[in-house]
Amino acid sequence: MSAELFFQYLVAGVTYGIIYSIVAIGFNIIYNTTGIINFAQGEFVMLGGMTAVTLNGFMPLPAAIVVAVLVTMAIGALVEIVFIRWLVNPSVLRMIIITIGLSILIREIALHVWDEKVRALPYFTGTSVSSIEVGGVHISPQVLWVIGVCTVIVIILNFFFSCTSMGRQMRACSDNRNAARLCGISARNMVTLSFVLSAGIGALAGCVVSPITYVQYDSGTGLAIKGFTVAILGGLGNSMAAVAAGILLGVLESFSIWVMPTAFKDALSISILLIILFARPSGLFGSREVFSMKEF
Amino acid sequence: MDRSKYIPVLVLTAVVISVQAITAAMGKGFYLTQLTMSAYYSLLIVGLCLLMGYAGQISLGHAGFFAIGGYISAFLTTFDLTPYQTGRLVSFRADTGLLQARQDLYGGHLLTLHPWSACLLAVLVAVTIASVIGGPVLKLKGHYLAMAPLGFGIIVYAIVLATPLFGEADGLSDVPPFELLPGLSISGKLSLRVQNYYIAWVLVIATIILLQNLVHSRVGRALRSIHGAEDAANAMGVDTAQYKLKTFVLSAAFAAIAGVCLTHYNGGIGPSEASIMKSVRYVAIVAIGGMANLWGALVMGSLLNFFSLRGYFGSFDDAVFGTILIVIMLFSPEGLLRMEIVRALSGLFRRGSAEEEAS
Amino acid sequence: MKFAKVFAAVLLLLFAVTLTPSAAEDTIKFGAILSVTGPASFLGAPESKTLEMLAEEINAKGGIKGKKVELIIKDSMGKPENAVSFAKQLIEEDKVLAIIGPSTSGETMAIKNLLEEAKTILLSCAAAEVIVDPVAKYVFKTPQKDSFAVRKIYMEMKKMGISKIGVAAGNTGFGKAGKEQLEKIAPEFGIDILISEVYDKSATDLTAVVTKLKAADVQAVVNWSIVPAQSIIAKNMRQIGMTVPLFQSHGFGNIKYVEAAGPAAEGIIFPAGRLLVVNVLPEENSQKPVLAKYKSDYESKFQEDASTFGGHAYDAFMILAKAVETAGTDTEKVRDAIESTKGFVGTGGVFNFSAEDHNGLDINAFDMLTVKDGKFTLLTN
Repeated sequence: MSAELFFQYLVAGVTYGIIYSIVAIGFNIIYNTTGIINFAQGEFVMLGGMTAVTLNGFMPLPAAIVVAVLVTMAIGALVEIVFIRWLVNPSVLRMIIITIGLSILIREIALHVWDEKVRALPYFTGTSVSSIEVGGVHISPQVLWVIGVCTVIVIILNFFFSCTSMGRQMRACSDNRNAARLCGISARNMVTLSFVLSAGIGALAGCVVSPITYVQYDSGTGLAIKGFTVAILGGLGNSMAAVAAGILLGVLESFSIWVMPTAFKDALSISILLIILFARPSGLFGSREVFSMKEF
Repeated sequence: MDRSKYIPVLVLTAVVISVQAITAAMGKGFYLTQLTMSAYYSLLIVGLCLLMGYAGQISLGHAGFFAIGGYISAFLTTFDLTPYQTGRLVSFRADTGLLQARQDLYGGHLLTLHPWSACLLAVLVAVTIASVIGGPVLKLKGHYLAMAPLGFGIIVYAIVLATPLFGEADGLSDVPPFELLPGLSISGKLSLRVQNYYIAWVLVIATIILLQNLVHSRVGRALRSIHGAEDAANAMGVDTAQYKLKTFVLSAAFAAIAGVCLTHYNGGIGPSEASIMKSVRYVAIVAIGGMANLWGALVMGSLLNFFSLRGYFGSFDDAVFGTILIVIMLFSPEGLLRMEIVRALSGLFRRGSAEEEAS
Repeated sequence: MKFAKVFAAVLLLLFAVTLTPSAAEDTIKFGAILSVTGPASFLGAPESKTLEMLAEEINAKGGIKGKKVELIIKDSMGKPENAVSFAKQLIEEDKVLAIIGPSTSGETMAIKNLLEEAKTILLSCAAAEVIVDPVAKYVFKTPQKDSFAVRKIYMEMKKMGISKIGVAAGNTGFGKAGKEQLEKIAPEFGIDILISEVYDKSATDLTAVVTKLKAADVQAVVNWSIVPAQSIIAKNMRQIGMTVPLFQSHGFGNIKYVEAAGPAAEGIIFPAGRLLVVNVLPEENSQKPVLAKYKSDYESKFQEDASTFGGHAYDAFMILAKAVETAGTDTEKVRDAIESTKGFVGTGGVFNFSAEDHNGLDINAFDMLTVKDGKFTLLTN
């Protein structure tokens, strides 16, 4: 394999990886405050993309994206308030089934609100053929947008969770819900907030990746599975690790195409996940001690 | 032994027979087609109910086992061995009656494995896979436990979709009838509809009797203790890991048998049978029927699949299952047939000796 | 035991609900099994809309020979098990004269034997060759054969002096059938397939695949897939700077895909029925009036672009309607009438059925098209 090819695969892999990571971050935010894995996370990505495409018919692209993100955040809040908020100590099994049901429901509603057709936002800069050449490797400007947005999200989230009062309150809820409540933090509001936040991040991701990946009523499911895989690979709850795990998985998938038929790519990445689950359930970067203390 | 537990079985038998009689009398025999198909799905569902309700383990990958059963038996009974006829392995098998020569509709001659040997092999593969992955999977907890079988299901789906021998996206067709005994075969032929209806439901009744005995035995008590408090059960000397594994393998075996039978009945199988939505649907049905309620799972399994296969839900098929799943989990996580309203209703019929359902 | 009682009660209820008497007769029943939703909905949705439109139109004119057409459409969601169940329902309960569909090859193969045994006519809208080879007495299909599309492509390649190609295909029934034909026919034209790749139908980025194709140093790429991958591959090829010609399958039949691929779609060469280029067809082309009417009817009714897939359902319906008009409503006679249909001008081409050929189209059903300035146009050399 020539160096040029190697880097081309690498770039492709990093692109996949970043997309997976943004979805995984959405999983982690909700998991951190509630201990719930929200299987409908992929649907937030889909909703963001679909809404933005529709709105783009009436308003300029930046405005369409902003409104789409806001709309999806509102939907996120609505979902939490209607389906999650009033449950008293739901079991993990129950929450898994509810969020899976939600994901199916949102997908089917999207099918009937829009239709089965594939949509896409226009490229933010340039066109579908423009690419930036760096030493024989071609990179689409949209890939840079995706990487940029992901970086900004991670930085802002880190700042939010460590430096703002609200972020600290959310972390407190994740560490110990009852203690947080005793300190006067409204745990329930924090849960709603986490849904709003992850819906927003998902929607933003949906907008940024839609020129590359397109968006369709059922495109959330595949992303959710990959995002969940990455979240577990990195260790549930750890957003930085999710980015690392995402890029790792993306690059692995990309290079796997070189040695075996592409059709088996998904089987490979899930097999890796299962091996990690069996051998090191705390994730690649998670600490075993912390893991053993978690109550799921 | 408490004999009253056989009363539901007798009622079920009576219902099965009377449904056939009523439909025949009214000239609506065609309902039996979908009832037969849903009977096979119910086989899988009661097996999953044992796993979810009694052993407390969720599995979002049972469509994978169904597909393993269906695909392996479909492949083995359609793959033409004629070119290999002279090989030593094949000729040996032919002598022992493991092979079957047949003619297809268009006059082509085929030499394939006999459905019986294909079926046994398919179930054996499913059981082996379940035993191998079951150990590590069942050690997991919470979200990880949910993810592992889901991942397994995705892998099976990806493999059948990517393997040319399994027909990739087209699946396999032209699967021959499964001759259980001379004159008795699982086949989608319209003339054999009544026969097939009884074959399917006899299988279901046999399964129910087996599972019911199981849950009322020592094993069943052990399983319930796992569901209730696993640590306590362990401390009392119940080998919980072993029981869980065995339940997992058993439910996988039922799923594979269901897959084999339905594939012969439909004359083919496609990748949609391995999809995640199918697994989710099975979990939904068990949840609706009441987690630890074999009868509830059976009723819901046959009803909902019947409606779905008849196309009553139209384009809202998946949406219906999604909605049911959410509503049940929000308002009655113990299942629909456990709700007070049903309890009150059935109380009207009750004559006293129904304690066995009170688990 | 109370559950057994509930079970009995529910079953009885079920029969009370479902055993309602069926509607009055004296209509001609056409059944249809289409993937209106689900992964193959890009086929089934336009097909089902087309059928509804045609049934409405024909009934407004008083039906066929004074009998209204009753259209029963079942949404199979692309699942063979649903297709089997629905086919049995349509045959036995609704006692339809013929079934149009299914949309996918897998579903069609799942019910082919069933229809043959039940002696009910099937007009499939799926492309795979195996549907009509071996010929089943009651099974027909309207989409053009994949092998003709492949031959058209290879003929074009010969003209362009291309002999070393790479093949990419999606993991759908459509991609699979195309790849098989490409590999089977290549030797006839002296074409070498250097590399052949199958990718996931819902793949979001194919850079790695096209990089592999590029590394193999091919002179042209043939891609056989459905949306969205067919647009993604075009984009990714241009992005990594591949300049060799890209050939697509006849599934590239909707202007939306061109819009989705943007400038990357420029220069794509593909075989297709003439629906897409009806505006630039010469006036003397016999298909032109049929195509123009279907396109304007469909587009004004549904406010979306007509696709070649809807055209397959159009052809199936019209062939069936014409056969019923000449032969009445007896299954055997209608079947014979379909089999002896000659010179029927449809959207997919001019159909000439025979006892050996239940597709009825020849290689002339295809023209080579290309994309120029964001529009489909005939490829002229």
